[in-house]
Amino acid sequence: MRPQQPIERHTMAVLVDNEAGVLARVIGLFSGRGYNIESLTVAEVNHAEGLSRITIVTRGTPAVIDQIEAQLERLVPVHKVSDLTTEGPAVERELALVKVAATGDPRVESLRLADAFRARVLDTTTDSFTFEVTGSSEKIDAFIELMKPLGLVDVSRTGVVAIKRGAGAM
Amino acid sequence: MPPEAQGNMMSGAEMIIRALKEQGVDTIFGYPGGAVLPIYDALFKQNHIRHILVRQEGGAVHAAEGYARSTGKPGVVLVTSGPGATNAVTGLVDALMDSIPIICITGQVPTHLIGSDAFQEADTVGITRPATKHNYLVKNVADVGPVMHEAFYVATNGRPGPVVIDMPKDIQVETGLYSGSPKTKHRSYQPQVKGDLNAIKQAVELIAAAKRPVFYTGGGVINSGPNASQLLREFVRMTGFPITTTLMGLGSYPASDKQWLGMLGMHGTYEANLAMHDCDVMINIGARFDDRITGRLNAFSPNSKKIHVDIDRSSINKNVHVDVAIVGDAGHVLEDMIKVWKAGVHRPDKQALADWWTQIDQWRAKDCLKYEPNQDVIMPQYALQRLHALTRHLKPFITTEVGQHQMWAAQFIGFDEPNHWMTSGGLGTMGYGLPAAVGVQIAHPNALVIDVAGEASTMMNIQEFSTAVQHDAPIKVFILNNEYMGMVRQWQQISYEGRYSHSYSDSLPDFVKLAEAMHGVGLRCTKPDEVDGVIEEMMAIRKPVIVDCQVAKLENCFPMVPSGAAHNEILLNARDAGIERADDLALV
Repeated sequence: MRPQQPIERHTMAVLVDNEAGVLARVIGLFSGRGYNIESLTVAEVNHAEGLSRITIVTRGTPAVIDQIEAQLERLVPVHKVSDLTTEGPAVERELALVKVAATGDPRVESLRLADAFRARVLDTTTDSFTFEVTGSSEKIDAFIELMKPLGLVDVSRTGVVAIKRGAGAM
Repeated sequence: MPPEAQGNMMSGAEMIIRALKEQGVDTIFGYPGGAVLPIYDALFKQNHIRHILVRQEGGAVHAAEGYARSTGKPGVVLVTSGPGATNAVTGLVDALMDSIPIICITGQVPTHLIGSDAFQEADTVGITRPATKHNYLVKNVADVGPVMHEAFYVATNGRPGPVVIDMPKDIQVETGLYSGSPKTKHRSYQPQVKGDLNAIKQAVELIAAAKRPVFYTGGGVINSGPNASQLLREFVRMTGFPITTTLMGLGSYPASDKQWLGMLGMHGTYEANLAMHDCDVMINIGARFDDRITGRLNAFSPNSKKIHVDIDRSSINKNVHVDVAIVGDAGHVLEDMIKVWKAGVHRPDKQALADWWTQIDQWRAKDCLKYEPNQDVIMPQYALQRLHALTRHLKPFITTEVGQHQMWAAQFIGFDEPNHWMTSGGLGTMGYGLPAAVGVQIAHPNALVIDVAGEASTMMNIQEFSTAVQHDAPIKVFILNNEYMGMVRQWQQISYEGRYSHSYSDSLPDFVKLAEAMHGVGLRCTKPDEVDGVIEEMMAIRKPVIVDCQVAKLENCFPMVPSGAAHNEILLNARDAGIERADDLALV
């Protein structure tokens, strides 16, 4: 028997026909076969050709990750699957909107921390800030953690988008 | 409008018929209803396509599966919305699991009513998404032609499977310009059929150096077409290696050949399973390491190098890690393997191979399929041996239901040709065999088509016997009637201390009278010396027949690799299984 394989985190980019039900196919594949979805984003990337790009962050052993890639590839509307974690260096970003309701010192502190995280203030009232913060998921996790004691009331995150480094395209 | 376009203006329903004709469809299986009335009206006005009216939509899909598997062409189904579509779901999953090309057109409520919980509305594309290889909801009449043709392409290319096309009623009625052609491909779905030549060379080198090799082949060879079966025979004979096939692969290699070890797996032969366990090189062509084949995974063929040829990349390394993976169509890869084999100076190690065959012959000497003959009671194995002996010259098409009778049929009926064996392998659908037999018989009106059945499975789709009567499909339903869901009872005996919880087939009909009531012919045999006569009588009747062959009630199916056991922990008989062979009960 093969030794127990470690669980790895992988980011995959999936180029699909932008047609009704395609997202349901991808999600159904993950739920039906018991794979994890840590994050999933989707948007049209090529209107002329009707192509959407789905970015999925998942966890599994190398064997499971290989299966996920193979299972995605056999979906009929899928054009291409890239495992950005294994196919050379890639950059990943996530965007979050973070709302803090506070007055006095905590309010000032939140603004100071936001500055350190290069977060932008999108909306402000006398008793709240809404920040826009971009970065790796870890950075956003850290920012949210710091905001919690300062009056964090709401968070909206995009999930991860990723792309290969260098000149190569998908 | 240019004049040439005028002939192409038609209703959505007419487009469907046109596309079916262009795809060479001669037969469809279906059941009408409100949401497909325009298509049924278009069917009424033409004479190219024959419609087989079934009795329940589930039967339509199984019949289409039988048609597809016995002809190599896709099977076509037409059902209505809501319950019509949901009744079809079991058949769709069955076709998905066994890789059978099916086109299933479902009616849908008009587009403006979708989502309103309209009468006979169901979210068919939602329900069938995981039940199909692909599905479509057509929302524009101009898409009907292209979608129909694309559906045939998707269903039949790569690993075949079922495709649903959901057609709202207003789209069927609306007039539009027909487009699309049978040459339509899918813009992204382009499966690889040729295997990687380097991997094939690597595989051939492994094969040539093998000392204890075995071929393990499956339904992929049959799906690839008769040529692949021919190439498999050629290659296996060239190498002199032993070969076993899965339940799905029966017929791809002649059962009468001396290199054939019989079927492998849970109820496979001793020699096939032990050869798999002890081999040093395993050549898997078109099989998918199903759990009924491998037994306990961590004990599966522990010392072999494994070669896996599969058209579906996701089948490779899914259950079993392999050493050489070749993604491609079985026929194409076999052709290349033979070329590479012939081009090199590949000669198998004769001495090692002779030793291996000596070992295999010792396993064969166990005679693992032997059973205790009986003068008074029909043993199910005996009935099938006689069925095979008396019908084999006619090259019958055999379908089965699911259970003990299915495994006995796989063990005792030898298949020498592909496309003659239709059984629900992956999903294990009781009630598959009778409608599948109807589909086979419609495709082969003059052939002998036998559904080897159990009494419990027969009751699951008995209504399709009426379909057979209506369409002059003289199928033979050969029931091994032991008054039990035999395989359930067998597991209860082995694993649940004989607590036969709800596995007795109580209140059975009189199958002879049932056949007669449905305007067929019923025959019965209760003693071993009546079996031959009944089989001969059955064969002579040009009408649908049900044979009530009353067999030993408590006979178990061996060999058996129990669930979670290794191949070499195979049970050969009741004693191995730790259960008493209660002969007195067996006779009841």
